[in-house]
Amino acid sequence: MTTEYITIYLADDDADDRLFFTDAFDELKINTKVSTFNDGVDLMNHLNDPDAILPNVLFLDLNMPKKNGLECLLEIKKNEKFNDIAIAIYSTSSTEEHIEETFINGANIYIKKPNDFETLKKILSEVVTINWQYHTSNLNKDNFLMRM
Amino acid sequence: MKAFIKFDFNTACKKILKEKLEECGIKHRILGFGEVEFLEKVSPEKLNLFSKLLDPYGIEIVKNQKTILIQKIKDAIVDMVFNENISVNVKSSVYLSEKLNYSYGHLSTLFSEVTYTSIENFIILQKIEFAKQLIINNELSLTEIAFKLNYSSIAHLSSQFKNSTGMTPSAFQRVIIKRKELINKNNP
Repeated sequence: MTTEYITIYLADDDADDRLFFTDAFDELKINTKVSTFNDGVDLMNHLNDPDAILPNVLFLDLNMPKKNGLECLLEIKKNEKFNDIAIAIYSTSSTEEHIEETFINGANIYIKKPNDFETLKKILSEVVTINWQYHTSNLNKDNFLMRM
Repeated sequence: MKAFIKFDFNTACKKILKEKLEECGIKHRILGFGEVEFLEKVSPEKLNLFSKLLDPYGIEIVKNQKTILIQKIKDAIVDMVFNENISVNVKSSVYLSEKLNYSYGHLSTLFSEVTYTSIENFIILQKIEFAKQLIINNELSLTEIAFKLNYSSIAHLSSQFKNSTGMTPSAFQRVIIKRKELINKNNP
Protein backbone atom coordinates (compact mmCIF):
# COMPACT_ATOMS: atom_id res chain seq x y z
CA MET A 1 0.00 0.00 0.00
CA THR A 2 1.22 3.47 -0.75
CA THR A 3 1.66 5.71 2.24
CA GLU A 4 0.23 9.15 1.85
CA TYR A 5 2.11 12.17 3.01
CA ILE A 6 0.99 15.65 3.76
CA THR A 7 3.51 18.14 2.47
CA ILE A 8 4.07 21.11 4.73
CA TYR A 9 6.06 24.30 4.28
CA LEU A 10 6.98 26.79 6.94
CA ALA A 11 8.50 30.20 6.29
CA ASP A 12 9.81 31.77 9.46
CA ASP A 13 12.99 33.77 10.11
CA ASP A 14 13.28 32.63 13.73
CA ALA A 15 15.46 29.51 13.97
CA ASP A 16 14.00 28.46 17.34
CA ASP A 17 10.46 28.66 16.01
CA ARG A 18 11.42 26.56 13.01
CA LEU A 19 12.93 23.92 15.23
CA PHE A 20 9.90 23.89 17.54
CA PHE A 21 7.71 23.48 14.55
CA THR A 22 9.56 20.56 12.95
CA ASP A 23 9.85 18.83 16.34
CA ALA A 24 6.10 19.14 16.84
CA PHE A 25 5.42 17.51 13.50
CA ASP A 26 7.84 14.69 14.24
CA GLU A 27 5.72 13.78 17.22
CA LEU A 28 2.36 13.74 15.43
CA LYS A 29 0.94 10.49 14.12
CA ILE A 30 0.08 11.96 10.74
CA ASN A 31 2.69 11.37 8.05
CA THR A 32 4.12 14.71 7.06
CA LYS A 33 7.05 15.99 5.08
CA VAL A 34 8.09 19.36 6.40
CA SER A 35 10.31 21.87 4.58
CA THR A 36 11.31 25.14 6.18
CA PHE A 37 12.42 28.46 4.69
CA ASN A 38 14.21 31.33 6.38
CA ASP A 39 12.45 34.22 4.70
CA GLY A 40 9.83 35.16 2.14
CA VAL A 41 12.23 35.39 -0.79
CA ASP A 42 13.60 31.93 -0.08
CA LEU A 43 10.03 30.59 0.08
CA MET A 44 8.82 32.24 -3.12
CA ASN A 45 11.88 31.10 -5.06
CA HIS A 46 11.14 27.57 -4.05
CA LEU A 47 7.40 27.76 -4.81
CA ASN A 48 8.14 29.16 -8.25
CA ASP A 49 10.56 26.38 -9.08
CA PRO A 50 8.66 24.25 -11.64
CA ASP A 51 10.07 21.04 -10.13
CA ALA A 52 8.96 21.80 -6.60
CA ILE A 53 6.39 19.61 -4.91
CA LEU A 54 3.80 22.12 -3.75
CA PRO A 55 2.69 21.93 -0.14
CA ASN A 56 -0.78 20.98 1.08
CA VAL A 57 -0.41 23.51 3.85
CA LEU A 58 1.87 26.52 4.00
CA PHE A 59 2.59 28.17 7.36
CA LEU A 60 3.59 31.78 6.97
CA ASP A 61 5.14 34.00 9.57
CA LEU A 62 4.06 37.61 9.07
CA ASN A 63 7.20 39.39 10.21
CA MET A 64 10.08 38.26 8.04
CA PRO A 65 12.98 40.15 6.47
CA LYS A 66 13.25 40.75 2.70
CA LYS A 67 9.67 39.77 1.96
CA ASN A 68 7.08 39.60 4.72
CA GLY A 69 4.24 37.14 5.10
CA LEU A 70 1.52 39.39 3.77
CA GLU A 71 3.53 40.08 0.59
CA CYS A 72 3.99 36.35 0.09
CA LEU A 73 0.28 35.76 0.67
CA LEU A 74 -0.69 38.35 -1.95
CA GLU A 75 1.77 36.91 -4.46
CA ILE A 76 0.56 33.36 -3.89
CA LYS A 77 -3.08 34.33 -4.23
CA LYS A 78 -2.37 35.96 -7.60
CA ASN A 79 -1.08 32.74 -9.11
CA GLU A 80 -3.63 30.04 -10.00
CA LYS A 81 -0.96 27.40 -9.76
CA PHE A 82 -1.14 27.76 -5.99
CA ASN A 83 -4.92 27.51 -5.65
CA ASP A 84 -4.81 24.20 -3.81
CA ILE A 85 -2.45 25.32 -1.08
CA ALA A 86 -4.08 26.02 2.25
CA ILE A 87 -2.41 29.03 3.85
CA ALA A 88 -1.97 29.30 7.57
CA ILE A 89 -0.70 32.54 9.03
CA TYR A 90 1.52 31.73 11.95
CA SER A 91 2.33 34.82 13.89
CA THR A 92 2.82 36.48 17.24
CA SER A 93 1.25 39.80 16.34
CA SER A 94 -2.49 39.69 16.29
CA THR A 95 -4.78 42.64 16.40
CA GLU A 96 -8.30 41.92 15.23
CA GLU A 97 -7.82 44.10 12.16
CA HIS A 98 -4.63 42.32 11.26
CA ILE A 99 -6.26 38.93 11.48
CA GLU A 100 -9.26 39.88 9.43
CA GLU A 101 -7.06 41.49 6.79
CA THR A 102 -5.14 38.26 6.24
CA PHE A 103 -8.38 36.31 5.92
CA ILE A 104 -9.79 38.78 3.43
CA ASN A 105 -6.59 38.51 1.42
CA GLY A 106 -7.03 34.77 1.17
CA ALA A 107 -5.51 33.11 4.23
CA ASN A 108 -7.40 30.05 5.43
CA ILE A 109 -6.08 29.76 8.93
CA TYR A 110 -4.75 32.18 11.51
CA ILE A 111 -2.64 30.78 14.31
CA LYS A 112 -1.36 32.83 17.17
CA LYS A 113 2.01 31.33 18.06
CA PRO A 114 1.57 29.53 21.36
CA ASN A 115 4.10 29.78 24.17
CA ASP A 116 4.43 26.12 24.97
CA PHE A 117 5.26 23.06 22.96
CA GLU A 118 2.23 20.96 23.94
CA THR A 119 -0.20 23.62 22.76
CA LEU A 120 1.73 23.96 19.53
CA LYS A 121 1.47 20.24 18.92
CA LYS A 122 -2.24 20.27 19.58
CA ILE A 123 -2.82 23.21 17.26
CA LEU A 124 -0.73 21.81 14.42
CA SER A 125 -2.40 18.44 14.72
CA GLU A 126 -5.81 20.05 14.51
CA VAL A 127 -4.87 22.18 11.51
CA VAL A 128 -3.38 19.32 9.56
CA THR A 129 -6.27 17.02 10.39
CA ILE A 130 -8.91 19.46 9.30
CA ASN A 131 -6.99 20.33 6.17
CA TRP A 132 -6.80 16.63 5.45
CA GLN A 133 -10.62 16.49 5.60
CA TYR A 134 -10.90 19.34 3.12
CA HIS A 135 -8.39 17.63 0.91
CA THR A 136 -9.96 14.17 0.94
CA SER A 137 -13.67 14.94 1.22
CA ASN A 138 -14.27 17.46 -1.55
CA LEU A 139 -15.09 20.28 0.80
CA ASN A 140 -15.17 23.80 -0.55
CA LYS A 141 -11.76 25.34 0.18
CA ASP A 142 -13.12 28.84 -0.36
CA ASN A 143 -15.06 28.44 2.87
CA PHE A 144 -12.09 27.14 4.83
CA LEU A 145 -11.53 29.73 7.54
CA MET A 146 -10.20 28.89 10.93
CA ARG A 147 -8.75 30.78 13.86
CA MET A 148 -6.80 29.21 16.64
CA MET B 1 7.04 -34.88 -26.87
CA LYS B 2 7.40 -32.74 -23.81
CA ALA B 3 9.31 -29.64 -22.98
CA PHE B 4 9.99 -28.32 -19.54
CA ILE B 5 9.54 -24.68 -19.03
CA LYS B 6 11.08 -22.53 -16.40
CA PHE B 7 9.62 -19.12 -15.89
CA ASP B 8 9.99 -16.09 -13.81
CA PHE B 9 6.65 -14.73 -12.56
CA ASN B 10 8.02 -11.37 -11.79
CA THR B 11 9.40 -10.75 -15.28
CA ALA B 12 6.31 -12.20 -16.94
CA CYS B 13 3.88 -10.10 -14.93
CA LYS B 14 5.89 -6.95 -15.40
CA LYS B 15 5.99 -7.54 -19.15
CA ILE B 16 2.22 -8.06 -19.29
CA LEU B 17 1.61 -4.98 -17.18
CA LYS B 18 3.88 -2.89 -19.35
CA GLU B 19 2.22 -4.06 -22.58
CA LYS B 20 -1.29 -3.49 -21.30
CA LEU B 21 -0.44 -0.10 -19.85
CA GLU B 22 0.99 0.93 -23.17
CA GLU B 23 -2.03 -0.46 -24.97
CA CYS B 24 -4.22 1.81 -22.82
CA GLY B 25 -1.87 4.72 -23.35
CA ILE B 26 -1.28 5.25 -19.65
CA LYS B 27 1.97 6.93 -18.67
CA HIS B 28 3.35 4.85 -15.87
CA ARG B 29 6.23 3.53 -13.87
CA ILE B 30 6.36 -0.03 -12.63
CA LEU B 31 7.60 0.21 -9.09
CA GLY B 32 8.23 -3.39 -8.31
CA PHE B 33 6.22 -6.45 -7.75
CA GLY B 34 2.55 -5.64 -7.51
CA GLU B 35 2.79 -1.88 -7.65
CA VAL B 36 2.34 0.50 -10.53
CA GLU B 37 2.46 4.24 -10.36
CA PHE B 38 0.35 6.19 -12.85
CA LEU B 39 2.19 9.30 -13.95
CA GLU B 40 -0.96 11.05 -15.07
CA LYS B 41 -4.58 11.26 -14.04
CA VAL B 42 -6.28 8.11 -15.31
CA SER B 43 -9.96 8.34 -16.21
CA PRO B 44 -12.32 5.67 -14.83
CA GLU B 45 -12.89 4.47 -18.43
CA LYS B 46 -9.20 3.93 -18.99
CA LEU B 47 -8.83 2.21 -15.66
CA ASN B 48 -11.75 -0.01 -16.50
CA LEU B 49 -10.20 -0.93 -19.87
CA PHE B 50 -6.88 -1.61 -18.19
CA SER B 51 -8.54 -3.87 -15.66
CA LYS B 52 -10.44 -5.75 -18.44
CA LEU B 53 -7.23 -6.34 -20.40
CA LEU B 54 -5.58 -7.82 -17.32
CA ASP B 55 -8.48 -10.08 -16.46
CA PRO B 56 -7.60 -12.97 -18.86
CA TYR B 57 -4.20 -13.23 -17.17
CA GLY B 58 -5.72 -13.58 -13.74
CA ILE B 59 -4.35 -10.20 -12.76
CA GLU B 60 -6.60 -7.72 -11.04
CA ILE B 61 -6.33 -4.27 -9.55
CA VAL B 62 -6.62 -4.49 -5.79
CA LYS B 63 -9.06 -2.02 -4.39
CA ASN B 64 -8.51 -1.28 -0.78
CA GLN B 65 -11.66 -2.47 0.99
CA LYS B 66 -11.05 -0.07 3.84
CA THR B 67 -10.87 2.93 1.55
CA ILE B 68 -14.09 1.91 -0.13
CA LEU B 69 -15.96 1.56 3.16
CA ILE B 70 -14.61 4.90 4.42
CA GLN B 71 -15.96 6.56 1.29
CA LYS B 72 -19.33 4.94 1.92
CA ILE B 73 -19.39 6.24 5.49
CA LYS B 74 -18.55 9.75 4.29
CA ASP B 75 -21.22 9.63 1.59
CA ALA B 76 -23.80 8.46 4.10
CA ILE B 77 -22.88 11.28 6.49
CA VAL B 78 -23.08 13.92 3.77
CA ASP B 79 -26.43 12.51 2.75
CA MET B 80 -27.64 12.57 6.33
CA VAL B 81 -26.57 16.18 6.92
CA PHE B 82 -27.66 17.67 3.62
CA ASN B 83 -30.83 15.70 3.06
CA GLU B 84 -33.76 16.96 5.08
CA ASN B 85 -35.88 13.93 4.38
CA ILE B 86 -33.80 11.68 6.53
CA SER B 87 -35.60 11.54 9.82
CA VAL B 88 -34.00 13.83 12.35
CA ASN B 89 -35.01 11.59 15.19
CA VAL B 90 -32.71 8.75 14.28
CA LYS B 91 -29.37 8.81 16.06
CA SER B 92 -26.49 9.06 13.62
CA SER B 93 -24.87 5.90 14.99
CA VAL B 94 -28.05 3.92 14.35
CA TYR B 95 -28.49 5.49 10.94
CA LEU B 96 -24.98 4.67 9.78
CA SER B 97 -24.90 1.17 11.11
CA GLU B 98 -28.26 0.32 9.53
CA LYS B 99 -27.40 1.92 6.23
CA LEU B 100 -23.99 0.27 5.91
CA ASN B 101 -24.75 -2.97 7.65
CA TYR B 102 -21.85 -2.92 10.07
CA SER B 103 -21.79 -2.37 13.79
CA TYR B 104 -21.17 1.24 14.72
CA GLY B 105 -18.14 0.18 16.74
CA HIS B 106 -16.51 -1.30 13.66
CA LEU B 107 -17.29 1.72 11.49
CA SER B 108 -16.12 4.11 14.14
CA THR B 109 -12.78 2.37 14.77
CA LEU B 110 -12.04 2.03 11.07
CA PHE B 111 -12.95 5.65 10.39
CA SER B 112 -10.67 7.00 13.11
CA GLU B 113 -7.83 4.77 11.97
CA VAL B 114 -7.88 5.94 8.36
CA THR B 115 -9.06 9.56 8.40
CA TYR B 116 -7.31 10.90 11.53
CA THR B 117 -10.65 12.10 12.82
CA SER B 118 -13.75 10.56 14.37
CA ILE B 119 -17.17 10.05 12.83
CA GLU B 120 -18.61 12.47 15.40
CA ASN B 121 -16.14 15.18 14.40
CA PHE B 122 -16.72 14.54 10.74
CA ILE B 123 -20.47 14.99 11.21
CA ILE B 124 -19.87 18.29 13.00
CA LEU B 125 -17.50 19.38 10.23
CA GLN B 126 -20.12 18.61 7.59
CA LYS B 127 -22.85 20.42 9.52
CA ILE B 128 -20.67 23.48 9.93
CA GLU B 129 -19.78 23.37 6.22
CA PHE B 130 -23.48 23.29 5.42
CA ALA B 131 -24.08 26.18 7.80
CA LYS B 132 -21.32 28.13 6.03
CA GLN B 133 -22.97 27.60 2.66
CA LEU B 134 -26.31 28.75 4.03
CA ILE B 135 -24.72 31.79 5.66
CA ILE B 136 -23.06 32.74 2.37
CA ASN B 137 -26.28 32.29 0.41
CA ASN B 138 -27.82 34.79 2.79
CA GLU B 139 -31.35 33.54 2.26
CA LEU B 140 -31.94 32.21 5.74
CA SER B 141 -31.47 33.87 9.10
CA LEU B 142 -29.21 32.22 11.66
CA THR B 143 -32.26 31.09 13.59
CA GLU B 144 -33.62 29.38 10.49
CA ILE B 145 -30.23 27.81 9.77
CA ALA B 146 -30.02 26.48 13.33
CA PHE B 147 -33.47 24.97 12.95
CA LYS B 148 -32.70 23.47 9.55
CA LEU B 149 -29.54 21.84 10.85
CA ASN B 150 -31.34 20.48 13.85
CA TYR B 151 -29.63 22.54 16.54
CA SER B 152 -31.69 23.15 19.64
CA SER B 153 -31.00 26.88 19.53
CA ILE B 154 -29.10 29.59 17.71
CA ALA B 155 -26.70 29.69 20.67
CA HIS B 156 -25.90 26.02 20.20
CA LEU B 157 -25.16 26.54 16.50
CA SER B 158 -23.04 29.63 17.21
CA SER B 159 -21.01 27.92 19.88
CA GLN B 160 -20.34 24.85 17.74
CA PHE B 161 -19.44 27.13 14.84
CA LYS B 162 -17.05 29.06 17.06
CA ASN B 163 -15.60 25.87 18.47
CA SER B 164 -14.97 24.42 15.06
CA THR B 165 -13.72 27.49 13.18
CA GLY B 166 -12.53 29.81 15.96
CA MET B 167 -14.79 32.57 14.70
CA THR B 168 -18.42 33.54 15.04
CA PRO B 169 -20.87 33.03 12.17
CA SER B 170 -21.09 36.79 11.65
CA ALA B 171 -17.30 37.23 11.54
CA PHE B 172 -17.18 34.45 8.98
CA GLN B 173 -19.85 36.13 6.89
CA ARG B 174 -18.07 39.48 7.07
CA VAL B 175 -14.78 38.00 5.86
CA ILE B 176 -16.39 36.17 2.95
CA ILE B 177 -18.25 39.31 1.82
CA LYS B 178 -15.14 41.49 2.03
CA ARG B 179 -13.11 38.88 0.22
CA LYS B 180 -15.60 38.86 -2.64
CA GLU B 181 -15.53 42.66 -2.79
CA LEU B 182 -11.74 42.56 -2.97
CA ILE B 183 -11.74 39.99 -5.78
CA ASN B 184 -14.31 42.02 -7.72
CA LYS B 185 -12.24 45.14 -7.24
CA ASN B 186 -9.11 43.41 -8.52
CA ASN B 187 -10.85 41.86 -11.53
CA PRO B 188 -13.28 44.50 -12.76
